[in-house]
Amino acid sequence: MNTLRWMAVGTAFSFAMAAGAAHAGATFDAVKKKGYVQCGVSTGLPGFSNADDKGQWKGMDVDVCRAVAAAMFGDASKVRYTPLTAKERFTALQSGEIDILSRNTTWTLTRDTSLGINFAGVNYYDGQGFMVKKSLGVKSAKDLNGATVCVQAGTTTELNLADYFRSQHMQFKPVTFDTSDATVKAFDAGRCDVLTSDQSQLYALRILLANPAGAEVLPEIISKEPLGPSVRQGDDEWFNLVKWSLFAMLDAENLGITSKNVDTLKTDSKNPSIQRFLGVNGGMGKLMGVSDEWAYDIVKQVGNYSESFDRNVGKDSPLKIRRGLNALWNEGGIQYAPPIR
Amino acid sequence: MSSPSKDPLAPARPNWMSNPRVRALIFQALVLAAVFALLGYIFHNTVSNLEQRGITTGFGFLDREAGFGIIQSLIPYTPASTYGRTFLVGLVNTLLVSALGIVLATLLGLIIGIARLSKNWLIARLAAIYIETFRNIPLLLQVLFWYFAVLQALPSPRQSLSIGEWAFLNIRGVYLPEPVPGQGFGWVVLALAIAVALVIWLRRWAHRRQLRTGQPFHTIYVSAGLLLGLPAVVFLFLGMPLTWSLPSLHGFNFTGGITMIPELTALLVALTIYTASSIAEIVRSGILAVSHGQTEAAYSLGLNPGNTTRLVVLPQALRVIVPPLTSQYLNLVKNSSLATAIGYPDLVNVFAGTTLNQTGQAVVIIGMTMGVYLTLSLLISLFMNWYNQRVALIER
Repeated sequence: MNTLRWMAVGTAFSFAMAAGAAHAGATFDAVKKKGYVQCGVSTGLPGFSNADDKGQWKGMDVDVCRAVAAAMFGDASKVRYTPLTAKERFTALQSGEIDILSRNTTWTLTRDTSLGINFAGVNYYDGQGFMVKKSLGVKSAKDLNGATVCVQAGTTTELNLADYFRSQHMQFKPVTFDTSDATVKAFDAGRCDVLTSDQSQLYALRILLANPAGAEVLPEIISKEPLGPSVRQGDDEWFNLVKWSLFAMLDAENLGITSKNVDTLKTDSKNPSIQRFLGVNGGMGKLMGVSDEWAYDIVKQVGNYSESFDRNVGKDSPLKIRRGLNALWNEGGIQYAPPIR
Repeated sequence: MSSPSKDPLAPARPNWMSNPRVRALIFQALVLAAVFALLGYIFHNTVSNLEQRGITTGFGFLDREAGFGIIQSLIPYTPASTYGRTFLVGLVNTLLVSALGIVLATLLGLIIGIARLSKNWLIARLAAIYIETFRNIPLLLQVLFWYFAVLQALPSPRQSLSIGEWAFLNIRGVYLPEPVPGQGFGWVVLALAIAVALVIWLRRWAHRRQLRTGQPFHTIYVSAGLLLGLPAVVFLFLGMPLTWSLPSLHGFNFTGGITMIPELTALLVALTIYTASSIAEIVRSGILAVSHGQTEAAYSLGLNPGNTTRLVVLPQALRVIVPPLTSQYLNLVKNSSLATAIGYPDLVNVFAGTTLNQTGQAVVIIGMTMGVYLTLSLLISLFMNWYNQRVALIER
């Protein structure tokens, strides 16, 4: 299974590199030519990237891919998904198996500098937390000395966990799995006392437990986890498009444009910012090599950031996560996108 | 035909190109050169592309701090250890599960293989059912079955199953007392070493005596007596310098004693049961390959059944058994990489998995991992071939 696929990726690496080199810097052209965006997502994380009972991928991370497809082709459905474990994700991007990695991935210095990838921005500000069974009677992460901790292998979470216990002079036993599914199953069965992950994921994983009410998330947040999409280095055109597709969703919220009112605003609004945004004037899309209606298509088909947030993880979803840090900067959060002008 | 060029009747000296040996050599050299050129091209291409894409490479990362924990390590390891150390930890864990698996699978396979040939109808059928069932279910499914279906159904630490107050079984693993050697325990070890030396000497002496006088000697009983008795006497004489560290429930988990984590148990059980089913068939074919006439001939020489098996049947059966057995050992070692499915920290899981992901050094790490499996396989193969030559029939 994963191991096999992994070996195949590893050995095929050099060949894939050879094939890719001939078109270096041409991801944009390649995506345009094949007619769809190949998007790397998680193997199943409710709210971020998860296939529903009809096999449709849904979630915040999925919406980023759909936004890019909407900007590129005017059609948000022109995306194909590759489910990846944490261990597989970077090689899949490096080797050209996928065009965008949009899979709750933390932006860190090592990853940005040594993996040959670029982070296009932050679509969710997160922090690592701990979840325990209520029956354990633990109220703080400081009481976790000697605990057995379930964690997903190959994540920043795994590193933060070790750092935290070392800094608190506490012992722990890590039990690591490839997928969040196996991790939460082991926690549910009692293989470990604690499940650690980004807080958003803890809420998402909690609804998968046999008894969600029997588990609680501890108050401590032990790390900064800015999660965002990333692309291969070496194609600035493609990098720009992904970056600005993400910004467009945030700017749409800022300008008050939603999927509901976008058509009326396009014909009626006299606000120059909105006119520029929706391609009524300004030629913003031309600068990126796509249609001037690119941002209109994103909002019309995918929605603005708050719509995506509420639908997938916020008040209209089973997760009920509050906006918190992910509110816009002028509403108490730190989400801030450069202006489209 | 001293000088063919001067003999008018001799055929013209053949062109060197038409000599098949020379041609074969030339073509082999060309193919070899082409293979090396291709490898060189792939290597160069990979390195230059990695550079061009800003992906760092090389072995430098092995000295950096790993920063993640590993649940089971036979050598000292903390999150402050290096990535090079994670390689060793993974390697040792792979070796541990492989070695245990090989021993257990061989024993179980031997028993089942012999049972399959039993004259008792029930025993033979049970062995056949065992073999056909476990040989035909994919190993990965068996690993997942033992881990997720069987072991995860065990109770939590506070409701552990226990034997007295010293052995516990729960979902976190098996907890056993750990022997802690006290002062003077070294003498017991020394006594054991002396006993081993005596046994070796005794066997040689018995062999020489049998050649000289024809009288056999019961080395087995005397050896067992020496090996057990001598250390035991020293141990008692010194006042039993050994204490036991018992596991006990503190906070979340049991502490003290020896822990066998369920990931290891599940992987080991699955590997053992799966490989044993193949080994059983190999053992059966080996025994069936020895003609019954050999047994009858041995009996007519006056050998008893035990000696017949040991001196006549087994040496001949081994010639058939050992080569396919080698393949089973190789398979077992390679199959241990399924550990990654259930989180046992073997080489593939820890090094080719977590370390690769934390550093992104795909090419180097996959290369090293493949190198390890290749080396292990070649070593096992080398040893088994050496053993095969030793047990091979020596024709006079």
